Amino acid sequence: MSTIALTDSHHASAVEREWSGPASKRIVTGYGFWIFILSDMVMFSALFATYAVLLGQTAGGPSGRDLFDLRNVAIETGFLLASSFTCGLASIAADTRHATWFQLAMAVTCAFGLGFLFLEVQEFASLVARGAGPTRSAFLSAFFTLVGCHGLHVSAGILWLLTMMTQVFAKGFRADIQRRILCFALFWHALDIIWIAVFTVVYLIGSAR
Amino acid sequence: MNILDPQGPIGAAEKTILIDSVAIMLAIVLPTIVAVFGFAYWFRATNAKARYLPDWAYSGRIELVVWSIPTLTIILLGGVAWIGAHQIDPAKAVEGSGKPLTIQAVSLDWKWLFIYPDRQVATINTLTVPAGVPLRFELTSSSVMNVFFIPQFGSMIYTMNGMATQLNLRADRPGTFQGLSAHFSGDGFPDMRFDVHVVPLEQFSKWAQEGSRAEKSLDEASYREIAKPSTKGQPAIYHLADPQLFHAIVTQKLPPSPGFQAGVKGADLPAGGADAR
Amino acid sequence: MLGKLRWDAVPFDQPIPMAASGVVALAILAVLAWVVIKGHLPYLWREWITSVDHKRIGVMYTLLAMVMLLRGFSDAIMMRAQQSLAFHSQGFLPPEHYDQVFSAHGTIMIFFVAMPFMIGLMNFVVPLQLGVRDVAFPTLNSVGFWLTATGALLVNISLVVGEFARTGWLPYPPLSELAYSPGVGVDYYLWSLEISGVGTLVAGINLVTTVLKIRTKGMNLLRMPMFCWTTLATNLLIVAAFPILTATLAMLLLDRYLGFHFFTNEAGGNVMMFMNLIWAWGHPEVYILVLPAFGIFSEVISTFSGKPLFGYRSMVAATMAICILSFMVWLHHFFTMGAGANVNAIFGIATMIIAVPTGVKVFNWLFTMYGGRVRFQTPLLWSIGFMVTFIIGGMTGVLMAVPPVAFVLHNSLFLVAHFHNVIIGGVLFGAFAGYTYWFPKAFGFRLHEGYGKAAFWCWLIGFYVAFMPLYVLGLLGMTRRMQHYDVPEWRPWLIVAACGAALIMCGIAFQIVQLVVSIRQREQLRDETGDPWDGRSLEWATASPPPAFNFAFLPEVSGEDAWWDFKHRANGQRTPDETPRYRDIEIPRNSPTGFVCAFFATMMGFALIWHIWWMVAAGAVGAFATFVVFAWRDHDEDVIPARDVERIDRSHRARHHPHLGKEVVA
Repeated sequence: MSTIALTDSHHASAVEREWSGPASKRIVTGYGFWIFILSDMVMFSALFATYAVLLGQTAGGPSGRDLFDLRNVAIETGFLLASSFTCGLASIAADTRHATWFQLAMAVTCAFGLGFLFLEVQEFASLVARGAGPTRSAFLSAFFTLVGCHGLHVSAGILWLLTMMTQVFAKGFRADIQRRILCFALFWHALDIIWIAVFTVVYLIGSAR
Repeated sequence: MNILDPQGPIGAAEKTILIDSVAIMLAIVLPTIVAVFGFAYWFRATNAKARYLPDWAYSGRIELVVWSIPTLTIILLGGVAWIGAHQIDPAKAVEGSGKPLTIQAVSLDWKWLFIYPDRQVATINTLTVPAGVPLRFELTSSSVMNVFFIPQFGSMIYTMNGMATQLNLRADRPGTFQGLSAHFSGDGFPDMRFDVHVVPLEQFSKWAQEGSRAEKSLDEASYREIAKPSTKGQPAIYHLADPQLFHAIVTQKLPPSPGFQAGVKGADLPAGGADAR
Repeated sequence: MLGKLRWDAVPFDQPIPMAASGVVALAILAVLAWVVIKGHLPYLWREWITSVDHKRIGVMYTLLAMVMLLRGFSDAIMMRAQQSLAFHSQGFLPPEHYDQVFSAHGTIMIFFVAMPFMIGLMNFVVPLQLGVRDVAFPTLNSVGFWLTATGALLVNISLVVGEFARTGWLPYPPLSELAYSPGVGVDYYLWSLEISGVGTLVAGINLVTTVLKIRTKGMNLLRMPMFCWTTLATNLLIVAAFPILTATLAMLLLDRYLGFHFFTNEAGGNVMMFMNLIWAWGHPEVYILVLPAFGIFSEVISTFSGKPLFGYRSMVAATMAICILSFMVWLHHFFTMGAGANVNAIFGIATMIIAVPTGVKVFNWLFTMYGGRVRFQTPLLWSIGFMVTFIIGGMTGVLMAVPPVAFVLHNSLFLVAHFHNVIIGGVLFGAFAGYTYWFPKAFGFRLHEGYGKAAFWCWLIGFYVAFMPLYVLGLLGMTRRMQHYDVPEWRPWLIVAACGAALIMCGIAFQIVQLVVSIRQREQLRDETGDPWDGRSLEWATASPPPAFNFAFLPEVSGEDAWWDFKHRANGQRTPDETPRYRDIEIPRNSPTGFVCAFFATMMGFALIWHIWWMVAAGAVGAFATFVVFAWRDHDEDVIPARDVERIDRSHRARHHPHLGKEVVA
């Protein structure tokens, strides 16, 4: 969208700082995506609040202390943190237009993400096998939904990651593709932040009960 | 069922608060409405006598007044709200003559069950209470949410399965009044009406004694039958065989009663699904 | 193969839905036939369905809203008729049908009339008022609209395939759980709203980013028109509140589909938590509805008084205060759930506090008229009707915010009267004012004034006749949603209310006639100058309708009421006849992404409702594929060559305020 002002003479700064006109596409895209991330965090907040309310509703069944394997959670956390690091490397590679480093960093990010998902699915499956599935009690419903929602976001992120890798491979570092990489990176890092909250509130505090 | 014709102290207090609040607000609202018509009419474009002030868009004094009027009104009303909420709290006991009467109310699909645990009597869709005596209601639901409401006695309260809510009321004069459910709960909801008979204390005691010798007996088994969905229930009286029945319902020792399964589209009903109405 | 879907899902034995669906199907076929036979389909596809232009999308949102108003209103007529008849009688609507009617009425009116109407007006107007070419994310805008249309479509399909929810417009558990609502009705409701909720969120993100990042040069925030401020506040609320709705409805879906226990009676589910969550969304929602209306009234009252809005900064402060406070009052929707005196009192007081900035706004509108030259054209009539009606509705709201009063009036017809009072008096009157006010800008000709006034009077009087009796009925103890009753004192009031509904129907009829007549008489009603109302903000600087690029040159702004300032400064000055240098303009390219995505969303929604799992998967794959295809396109902008820009712009300037000379934009 072109933003052409009629006059091209420079305006002396008024008492108020003058708004200089529509922002650039990159700024607008990033800003809009931040707003989306905020909205997503509100959704997670609702799930967190629900988890907090339903924490004690185990309906005579197992509670967090009986179920959570903190060693597993630590590995999952390690995977996600590492993946954020490699995602950062991918962003730098994109900024400096190094296609090979970009693809490599993204592939490693993908691997870490898949590792996280694999461990999480395994955890869920074992819980279900032990009769501690989401239909057992309100507490477990809340647990599976909150952690599962995060896992779904990671899955969607991996789908997006693969799409970006394909896009860069096919079309290189075009301006609009760079903007999408920026959004993807924001998304991936936001997921990491949510995970910090998840493992603190759900696993650490949940294990204390 | 006119809430402006209260029959007890709670309803009377609520009516007073309602009228007072409206009066306070009307003192602002009426002049404002008059001003809307007045300004619009006087400053109509065809009125040459009105001054045109095309650049007048700010006045500190007017702003001060404009922010102050609602603020002061709200401070006053806020005080009414705070005091009223505490004085008319449903959980707060009501004073009266004699020992408070405990009534346990259960909302069913689609009727009301009233249990008098101290009198070994229970009723369906009819409530008899002594005049002037504090009434302590404990309420729950057998299934979905409902609201217990006798408009002329005052406050209403939700009923929810798995927990008990509390309501304190008092009826001052003998008479017959109406109660209903004030929260939509399904197809039979409009029929959740019940008569409320307020009688002198001696008459009430006699009624309760006769009721405790009623033929029909209320225990867990007969409760399960009653709790099945049905509409237009006739008033009935039971003698209370199980004084822990209400407790069993609240703690879900008696599981929540089932829903009405017929007459829906696209339900995954078991083979030979119920079609009874 | 088709999940739970069988032939008995169609209510062949129920005359009313069959007749209604028949009429609607015929109407749709007739319109489609006319479009295809007259050869308008390519035009429709190119200029509207695949358009990413905010003006087109705004018009489509508004059109959706007006069509759904007819559906929601027919539900209202049925309810009023039923309640007039159903004294010691079953009336003509059995409970299972009546319960769907009132549930559909509320759902449609809030989600598919009020919201799209406001979002449509904001979409159309805001970029023009900000002096820019489009919103921040045009293609996303199209996606948002079409997903909203998907939601509306699903709700309407439920009339003829299956059933709708019978739980009211908010599906309180445990009634909405599978045990007590085993049919597909609640599922139709849930999926329809989850899908359109995505659309709404997308609109929210779009408009927040637009207002904060895409304004013309010199348009500092405190120089924006008031409507842009209320747009900002509204869309901040959308971004902050709708995710709560998404999460809560998702939890109910998980309960129903996968046997989870969020809100069930068993296994620890918590019904009260649903109430808290849903109203944590629900209260901001009503401000999402009314804030744009407040913005419209600010524009209309100042324009038709010939004066700037009184107390602009105060209005901004009040708007943002309402925005924040709206998140702090939700418990007043369930004072009678038994939270205790302290909690009830705090939320009651918080609710009253929100009345302060609202009252400030009313006074500021009052003083905008003071010292003005008030012109009683239709938009201003709606505004005056609004001011009086909304004051009354606000009063009854503050009344019910006093907990002891709520204890006797909760869920009664008094409550129903209150919220219709503020929604009709506020949101709907605002929508109609905005519709009349900006119609000439969108289409190049005004709406017929006589029929507009007739419609207004029918609506105003009809509203009072329909809803004042409901206040009385609430005081007489009548609760809401009753399919039949046996209290004789209630009947006369219900009959009066039905007459009011009939009057409103006349108002709607006049609005339809007005539109038809205006289209036929469009040459006489033509808006030649682009500024039919002597407006104050930048949308009136453009042609009617504006060209695709809105402004040939983005205006440079140095104060509030930019267009008014320009008109009146330029009056005194004769600027030299400079020829500005026209340049090529890039505009976003049209895309079928929104429409195709919505197609797959409809497929997924319907399949999820009827448990047709392979179709769900197909829809999901299709939706993802649509985005990938969109991401793969190489050209996302079209160029309008400078000479075309020049031609379009010059022809507008020649007709536009000829007394001002050639230089139009500062």
